[in-house]
Amino acid sequence: MSPEQTDVLIIGAGPAGLAAALAAASSTARIVLLDDNPLAGGQIWRDGPQAELPEQARSLRERVLGHPNVRHCPGTRVIASAGPNTLLVEDAERGWQIRYDKLILCTGARELLLPFPGWTLPGVTGAGGLQALIKAGLPVRDQALVIAGSGPLLLASAATARHNGARIVRIAEQAARGAVAGFAAQLPRWPHKLLQSFSLFDRQYRTGTHVLAALGSDRLEGVRLSQQGNIVEVACDRLACGFGLIPNSQLGQALGCALEQQALAVDGWQATSVAGVYAAGECSGFGGSELALVEGAIAGHAAVGEHPAAQALWTRRARWQGFARALNRAFALNPALKALATADTLVCRCEDVAYAELSGHVGWREAKLASRCGMGACQGRVCGAAVQHLFGWQPSAPRPPFSPARIETLLCLEDISS
Amino acid sequence: MKPCADVIVIGAGIIGAACAQALAARGLRVLVLDAGLHGATAAGMGHLLVLDDNPAELALSKHSLQRWREIAPALPDSCAYRSNGTLWLAANAEEMAVAEHKYQVLRAQGVACELVGGPALRQREPALREGLEGGLLINQDGILYAPATARWMLQANGIEQRQARVSAIEGNQVRLDDGQWLSAEAVVLANGIQATDLCPELPIEPKKGHLLITDRYPGSVTHTLVELGYVTSAHNASGPSTACNIQPRPTGQLFIGASRQFGTTDPAVEGWMLARMLKRATEYMPGLAQLNGIRAWTGFRAASPDGLPLVGRHPRQDGLWLAVGHEGLGVTTAPATADLLVAQLFGETPPLAAEPYLPERFLGVAACA
Ligand SMILES: Cc1cc2nc3c(=O)[nH]c(=O)nc-3n(C[C@H](O)[C@H](O)[C@H](O)COP(=O)(O)OP(=O)(O)OC[C@H]3O[C@@H](n4cnc5c(N)ncnc54)[C@H](O)[C@@H]3O)c2cc1C
Ligand SMILES: Cc1cc2nc3c(=O)[nH]c(=O)nc-3n(C[C@H](O)[C@H](O)[C@H](O)COP(=O)(O)OP(=O)(O)OC[C@H]3O[C@@H](n4cnc5c(N)ncnc54)[C@H](O)[C@@H]3O)c2cc1C
Repeated sequence: MSPEQTDVLIIGAGPAGLAAALAAASSTARIVLLDDNPLAGGQIWRDGPQAELPEQARSLRERVLGHPNVRHCPGTRVIASAGPNTLLVEDAERGWQIRYDKLILCTGARELLLPFPGWTLPGVTGAGGLQALIKAGLPVRDQALVIAGSGPLLLASAATARHNGARIVRIAEQAARGAVAGFAAQLPRWPHKLLQSFSLFDRQYRTGTHVLAALGSDRLEGVRLSQQGNIVEVACDRLACGFGLIPNSQLGQALGCALEQQALAVDGWQATSVAGVYAAGECSGFGGSELALVEGAIAGHAAVGEHPAAQALWTRRARWQGFARALNRAFALNPALKALATADTLVCRCEDVAYAELSGHVGWREAKLASRCGMGACQGRVCGAAVQHLFGWQPSAPRPPFSPARIETLLCLEDISS
Repeated sequence: MKPCADVIVIGAGIIGAACAQALAARGLRVLVLDAGLHGATAAGMGHLLVLDDNPAELALSKHSLQRWREIAPALPDSCAYRSNGTLWLAANAEEMAVAEHKYQVLRAQGVACELVGGPALRQREPALREGLEGGLLINQDGILYAPATARWMLQANGIEQRQARVSAIEGNQVRLDDGQWLSAEAVVLANGIQATDLCPELPIEPKKGHLLITDRYPGSVTHTLVELGYVTSAHNASGPSTACNIQPRPTGQLFIGASRQFGTTDPAVEGWMLARMLKRATEYMPGLAQLNGIRAWTGFRAASPDGLPLVGRHPRQDGLWLAVGHEGLGVTTAPATADLLVAQLFGETPPLAAEPYLPERFLGVAACA
């Protein structure tokens, strides 16, 4: 079967991908916008029965998806590279190849989940993970929630939970009070963020506080915290715990793009080290949705050769990069978090691998072979980042299939034998 | 130079590990050096099977399977040993004739096996396509998770392990990467496809293989399913080839092989080769097309010209012993390799004839042995 042809292929329909599509669509280029979720919006604008999208998101999405040059492929994943400028992709029905002139990676970020005793109990999720579950319809009304970890995502998650009737009994931020206060003091420079993130600065918010253990036998009953030097226990129905975000750089890495501090390295045009491949949004470094939007627009313009339009956005990008820097500085992770796991704490939940089975090894590959860590269904998407944080082992570039794929889809790769 | 051990083993793959364990069991102090490279043991399928392409292969694999059955009760769970049997599949009458011949040969050697007709085949393995001619079930073949098994073997008393790369060998002395020389009574070379780095005279070539593992689908397959075309198409061809090889893992995952390519050392997963291999497997098990594959990788087999390993004294280097060239069967043949090596080192009569595997068949007879 001959590949679908497009001028610009965009992977990821979050803020960065949507902005890239809109920018590129102002030319006559044909654009394919592909995302593995059923609905466009990415993480921050994740849609669902209990989600309420801001007006900006709704209108951006309508303009992009209604544009005659844009073909949206929801529920579609990238499976493999299928020769020069060609990717093999799969949706619920079929697998096919897409050949592109320019590729823009807007694959976003995922939460860093660090193992601690009890983190695999039912009732424990990521912070952003809980937010996504609630938007998708999970009932939380009248439930007691502890939200823990680090960064503004804790507050965003708390806002969604509260809006849906949950009782927030504690928000535990690991960063020290001074760092968070310093960050908050700078917020007037980025007015939207102030509203979005810190309207929740509330009675339950504690800095210098991190989770020690999730308590309960069959299901979560409470959480033990180290709170500004004291140990406290708080009863709760759910614990949502995330330690910030890590860039989804794997696809770019597999295509040969260089990395810089775990993110895809880009130049002023958002171009990666591979010719014709751009990256924008959180896969090229964490910075929030405003930065993702402006980076996406720059990449979209640059990909269709509209460099002046791209360059006109550089000042705006620099501004939100300032925000990103302040954010990353303020919420840097406390080294004590590396010591949360005990010998029998599971690190890899797919293959039931405990901390002690990993700690003696010299590197990821060796540990993986010895313990099967990262070899299960999630293929290390969760434990790979945790292990990198805990032991400093750099995961290798993913091999095809980049995500689980029907064998039928993989059969499409036979055509490229020459 | 003061010897640092009785024997130095180079390579901690399944072959080096089996040799080290067997040497330690004789009371020797063994130092195992390994560079931590990605060896075949980490990559392979760990199918334990009797093969009978020639009498020497049959003798080696049959003895090994017997030894694995003896070892099995001591293996920890992580080694995932199962005796689930191999079902050789015949697609047509010609292949069924091969199955029948194989049956005669194996029965004559006392290997438990049974011929299975077409309809009975699908009763045993309902996932197979209709219309296959039949098959041959080798009852006591098995599977093993080889990396864990090698690690277990190396835990024996008397074995010391060190991460180090050997950069040169002179008889019973080895030089490490950092320039340090070590010596022992004997040195055993068991470093897989890297053997030619240290002994360029060895006739060993890398043969690349692709593998894929699926998500968990417990109960879908019971035996390891291998096509009989394997014997002719995959083993003997010089160009790239594939053969259906479907192995049920204890986790319920399916492990799919096999491909063979010469003339490359690039470990990248090649889409076209992966697709060809999977297509072959779906020709035997059509439902496979709808299952999810979660991971693919490659490995290199150390192939010798006659497909048999080189086990024994290096004819031109005193104190150096070889245990290399195990091609696609080294997990299976590790215990027999260790038995052969130890017997020769101790000057004893080995449990099976050593001649077919002696290195001199390629390197010439010893000048001064
Ligand atoms: C769980 C979670 C919740 C968050 N909630 C908030 C919040 O409430 N408020 C806030 O300000 N920030 C939130 N963030 C931060 C958020 O990531 C950014 O603010 C913003 O969404 C980044 O935009 P982006 O376009 O770079 O990436 P994303 O919004 O992450 O979009 C990337 C998209 O690409 C898709 N994708 C990735 N890889 C592939 C692939 N190989 N094939 C197909 N599709 C792919 C992803 O599924 C996703 O839809 C959250 C982050 C996470 C991880
Ligand atoms: C795709 C594939 C499928 C297979 N399927 C099966 C199967 O189903 N059944 C079966 O029985 N066999 C199978 N095999 C074959 C089997 O895996 C190998 O024959 C066996 O693992 C070889 O083990 P080894 O110890 O000789 O080599 P390796 O496992 O390669 O180990 C060699 C070791 O030597 C070390 N080393 C290398 N050079 C140096 C140096 N200079 N200094 C120090 N250390 C060094 C390396 O770090 C490595 O650990 C398969 C192989 C492949 C590739």
